[in-house]
Amino acid sequence: MNILDNWSVRIGGAALALLVLVAIAAPWLGTVDPTLFDAASRDLRPGEAGEITTLEGETVKHVFPMGSDSFGRDIYSRVLYGTRVSLVVGLTAALLALFFGVICGLSAGYIRWLDGLVMRVMDGIMAIPAILIAIAVVALWRASLPSVVIAIAIPEIPRVTRLVRSLVLSIREEPYVEAAVSLGTPTAKIMFGHILPNTMAPLLVQGTYICAFAILLEAILSFLGVGLPPDIPTWGNIMAEGRVQFVEYPHNVFFPGVFLAITVLAVNILGDGLRDTLDPKMAKRV
Amino acid sequence: MSTLEVKDLTVRLPKGGDRPEAVSGVSFSVEREEILCLVGESGSGKTVMAHSIMGLLPKTLELAGGEIRLEGEELTRASEARRRELRGARMAMIFQEPMSALNPVMTCGAQIDEVLRYHTHLSRNERRARAAGLMREVALPDPERLLDAYPHQLSGGQRQRVGIAIALALEPALLIADEPTTALDVTTQAQILQLIVALQRRHGMGVLFVTHDFGVVAEVAHRVAVLREGRLVELGGKAEVLMRPRHEYTRMLIGAVPKLEPHARPVAPDAPVVLSTKSLSKTYVERRWFGKKHEVPAARDVTLEVRKGQTLGLVGESGSGKSTVARCIARLIEPSAGEIRLAGVDLARLRPREMRPVRRRVQMVFQDPYRSLNPRRNVGEAIIEGPLNYGVPRAEALARARRLMELVRMDPAALGRYPHQFSGGQRQRICIARALAVEPELLVADEPVSALDVSVQAQVLRLLEEIRTRLDLAMLFITHDLRVAAQVCDQVAVMQAGRIVEYGPAEEVFLRPRHEYTRALFAAAPGRNFAFAPA
Repeated sequence: MNILDNWSVRIGGAALALLVLVAIAAPWLGTVDPTLFDAASRDLRPGEAGEITTLEGETVKHVFPMGSDSFGRDIYSRVLYGTRVSLVVGLTAALLALFFGVICGLSAGYIRWLDGLVMRVMDGIMAIPAILIAIAVVALWRASLPSVVIAIAIPEIPRVTRLVRSLVLSIREEPYVEAAVSLGTPTAKIMFGHILPNTMAPLLVQGTYICAFAILLEAILSFLGVGLPPDIPTWGNIMAEGRVQFVEYPHNVFFPGVFLAITVLAVNILGDGLRDTLDPKMAKRV
Repeated sequence: MSTLEVKDLTVRLPKGGDRPEAVSGVSFSVEREEILCLVGESGSGKTVMAHSIMGLLPKTLELAGGEIRLEGEELTRASEARRRELRGARMAMIFQEPMSALNPVMTCGAQIDEVLRYHTHLSRNERRARAAGLMREVALPDPERLLDAYPHQLSGGQRQRVGIAIALALEPALLIADEPTTALDVTTQAQILQLIVALQRRHGMGVLFVTHDFGVVAEVAHRVAVLREGRLVELGGKAEVLMRPRHEYTRMLIGAVPKLEPHARPVAPDAPVVLSTKSLSKTYVERRWFGKKHEVPAARDVTLEVRKGQTLGLVGESGSGKSTVARCIARLIEPSAGEIRLAGVDLARLRPREMRPVRRRVQMVFQDPYRSLNPRRNVGEAIIEGPLNYGVPRAEALARARRLMELVRMDPAALGRYPHQFSGGQRQRICIARALAVEPELLVADEPVSALDVSVQAQVLRLLEEIRTRLDLAMLFITHDLRVAAQVCDQVAVMQAGRIVEYGPAEEVFLRPRHEYTRALFAAAPGRNFAFAPA
């Protein structure tokens, strides 16, 4: 079955493509620099017009489609630029978790004596709540994009490791792997040439779920004030700032919240669709 | 009135299949007190037929036309409620896989009880008594104890007996048996076949017996129906169909069944010994944290010898240790004790690092052609993998792959294709080509034809024979099937519970078996006394 025949893949993929497009095209979508503010345009409601001061000190007229916050910043611009942060964090955290998870899982699954060691370390990481690890990592280093990505990826590594290890344990018993052994194929080549390619489908599916969770976790960290610094426009930061005024000015929280929900939903729907087409056995079980 | 009458039955396949219909216009009947064997190769539609009679077709398959009458009652238009009533009560089914046909978390007694509870008004104690009676009827030992046993505590044969007891619980008029002995060992198979025949006589049931095995047909059938690609090609009495088949396809199928007569050819006495093992043993040790370690001997004191150009058959039932021996010789598992001498070198003593240069000399062909090729690599990559590992330049390896494809009777142009584009028989040919690519001295074939249809099996056996003669190869051939062993082996070693109990030239072993177990194996071979039509 062709992957694109699946409606979940189509819908999730299309929504995600649209978000990527928005992230790339943010500067040309009627936005201003998301860090600009103007004391005269504080707390505008969605659709109201006001003015904003550019970096050069000029004051220009600007319509605020999603209103402004208590500093007089344009929510619309901040949300659109925030898409960039969310997608980059989601994708890189997923890739990072997959990369280290695959390395650990392959070695635990194929090299028997490493199994106990690797898996006990993973159990240890799994025992600590993801958000605590993330807060600790961010606290250790200065809060920046790389440190937040690493903080989000670390708690996901054990899950990937477990998945890969269980896949490797069943694939290593396949006759084609035994055939490769008797053909004198070196161990590294068996691991990366025979076993790894056959774990790709479930890994891709797992990757999308990690991506969705990473986007969510980044927003949570920012919202709690332990994520990216407040001057970087992220959905979590925007919501954190709007929280105090939520009753009077709900748009501060509402718009980034909607974007976050749509993004996570799109990634999850895409993941479900991929699972159904790439891994039919798993789909039947769910 | 016939017990079962099927008229013009047609079942449509979903679009994009290899043919539009799974079953096309098939008509036959099963009379009272009769066993009708439905025979066909895989994909012939025989299981679809059984499932449509039971009303168990998956949603993707659509009953497109025809009638099914059970004791005169039309089933295709019956309500689901009525069909559920009839299932179990008037028709029942036994399945191929006795482990997965039973619920692993329910006791055997509870599973028999379930049928009685929904279909009868017996009290709890009456039901238990009836269940015990059924267990006795299918000749299970100690029924009272087995009622409270879980399926995993029973052997495969016992599980199948429980399956039969469940099917018999409500005295159905029609019993559908879908390959009920295919997953069983030959001696167990013989007992189950006897049981089915005896029960059929005692209860006067009609039995629709689905099978691919003509030996089994010869044992149990009254009449035979042959299916090919969803169409009924031949229907008639057992003797008529098996001895004087009219249709060309039936003739081909019956001709492809290997004969039980040995075909050994003499090997020059001065042919060099390629492989010899001495007291080869493999014991699995399970270490527990507390208490004693648990030892399971899988192979004990196996001593054998294969000369150049000779085929040694390792014959035995499941769990006899034949695959363990094969895998020790290929050093896929570590032997616990003994010697494995390959042209003078003791493989058993080599360390993994020292094994690599030697691995080339022993190659394996595995049972399951669908799992022996990496689905993500094309055929060319699979075949040249070995030569590349031993430093053959890529261009030369590819040229060798093309020659090998011709040797195994495949189109060299297929090298760029992926395994899923080939049938089971073609994949097995590719696996043979892959094994031959590194020019081994010994080919270990572990049940290479067990997963194949009988006509394909005949072709692959012919190919192996041809290759052995052409390359003067030594071969260790593992099989559970005496007919296959008779066809290809010069020497035969019979294994039971990890030991070789009889070892000698094929002629000797087949015509004058000395060991009791060997005799039991031959006695159990289905259709041994039946003279099939010559090919």
